[in-house]
Amino acid sequence: MTNNSSTPFLRIEGIHKFYGTDHILRGINLSVERGEVVCILGRSGSGKSTLLRTVNALEPVTAGRVVLGGTLIGYLEKDDGLYALAADELARQRARIGMVFQHFNLFPHMTVLENITMAPQLVLNEKRQDAEEQAMKLLAKVGLTDKAYAYPASLSGGQQQRVAIARALAMRPDLLLFDEPTSALDPELVGEVLGVMRQLASEGMTMLIVTHELRFVRDVAHTVVFMHDGQIAEKGPTLKVMTEPETPAAQAFFSTCR
Amino acid sequence: MDTNKMRELAVVIPHTYWGRRVTACLLILLAAGVGYSVATNHRFEWNVVGQYLFHPDILSGMVVTIELTVLAMLIGIVGAVILALMRLSGNPVLVIASSAYTWLFRGTPQLVQIIFWGFLGALYPRIFLGIPGTDIVFFDAPTNAVIGAYVAALLGLGLNEAAYTSEIVRAGIQSVNSGQIEAAHSLGLTPSRALRKIVLPQAMRVVVPPLGNEVIGMLKTTSLVSIIAGRDLLTNTQAIYNNTYQVIPLLIVASIWYLAMTSVLSLVQIRLERKFAKGSRRSERSFFSLFSADAPLRRLQHHAILNGLAEKPVCYAAGAEK
Repeated sequence: MTNNSSTPFLRIEGIHKFYGTDHILRGINLSVERGEVVCILGRSGSGKSTLLRTVNALEPVTAGRVVLGGTLIGYLEKDDGLYALAADELARQRARIGMVFQHFNLFPHMTVLENITMAPQLVLNEKRQDAEEQAMKLLAKVGLTDKAYAYPASLSGGQQQRVAIARALAMRPDLLLFDEPTSALDPELVGEVLGVMRQLASEGMTMLIVTHELRFVRDVAHTVVFMHDGQIAEKGPTLKVMTEPETPAAQAFFSTCR
Repeated sequence: MDTNKMRELAVVIPHTYWGRRVTACLLILLAAGVGYSVATNHRFEWNVVGQYLFHPDILSGMVVTIELTVLAMLIGIVGAVILALMRLSGNPVLVIASSAYTWLFRGTPQLVQIIFWGFLGALYPRIFLGIPGTDIVFFDAPTNAVIGAYVAALLGLGLNEAAYTSEIVRAGIQSVNSGQIEAAHSLGLTPSRALRKIVLPQAMRVVVPPLGNEVIGMLKTTSLVSIIAGRDLLTNTQAIYNNTYQVIPLLIVASIWYLAMTSVLSLVQIRLERKFAKGSRRSERSFFSLFSADAPLRRLQHHAILNGLAEKPVCYAAGAEK
């Protein structure tokens, strides 16, 4: 299952996570290649979102490591163990990893354009004009050019989520994380968000997606990871995992979710 | 609009609240009566009010009041943000220190605090800063030279204000959804940048209304300093009537100026609330729009009554959402 030619782009090794005495993640190992689209499936409570959030260290881990492009994320490795990174160094690492949230989390006191241009100006030191030019291109890509000066509260859920994707893309991330991006949307708005994600996949963006949209997974994912009880129960090529699951948990999941 | 068209459209007739209308009329009558009696009662000595309204001592007292308010609020707000951040830091010592400060300053009368700062020199005759156990002294001076009456007044007002305002700031910061902070972090903002760019601007929406209360309260609390320093508006007013015995008209003079100042502050507060309400769905209706909010419907109602369509008014709550 491991790539034999070179070290993978994203490597998740032996992640454990405790909430109090609850063992939420029980030793997760996962490799993602550059340009690969990996979908994480599983029932609620199986640890999917927690795993995703450890990748940009929003969720501190109890043990294990995340390595992106050769850089250890969130920690500093010394001889006697791992140390939490300084705030500015951690921020610099997170700037390379885009994240799209279930509840969009747009900044309500800023216009759509300000939402997208804020971080590039502040973190990447882009000039305002350049950042805005780039933002308008991204808005065109997600089909929202006419909403540049609107505030998030006046947009539909689907529009807000497309802005959130544009905001993440504006940082030119190496990797995009999606945490149930369509779960908070009305059914008729799901398609517009998935459409943007399909396009990103076709452009070769590396994506790690937690979702329940199995049709989308079937069409877009290169690899499917099925999680059960804080562990990866099954992983492999999309069609194989979805049509011929081996473990009972995955078999039950795919037969009821069809 | 003709009658048939109105039938077709099934125009909704706004409900007329007769109780409210009658109460409003009574209030207008009452206000007119009180206004007339106050204006014509010669015992208010309005001529004395006019005489002292622009008296130099009154005006200079006002300057001191404004100065004390601005400086004390500045100390209060800076202190409040620090206290609130300590309280939310998660470090047990910082949390306890912040809570203890709030406990102490909210729990003792402000007058006592002001007197305490005013008479600090009696407790500690000298203030010095140095390293204990060595002869190194950076700073050494008699207390009364460092903390004069004016500084004592400022400390008394500002440090007390910090305790109250810290609770307002804390509530504001906690009102911001944690998802906002996560989004800011995921974009590569450091915690301090996320606080300044994302959290505090949103917290301001919650903070401004009670903070406006605090500023207006402070404007009047400054008169407490008369006990150690004075020269503020109320103290100067009292100094005048202690000589002339024209107590009521001079208190009216002071009240007119206090009202004028609080009115200006209220306008500033409204502007600030508008500024920080940017992008929020629920914006408050302005005072004047209350008079015209349902005017179009009222016009239709008038038409409907004229045309005999309004026998059964349909209940309509003005301003109800959708």
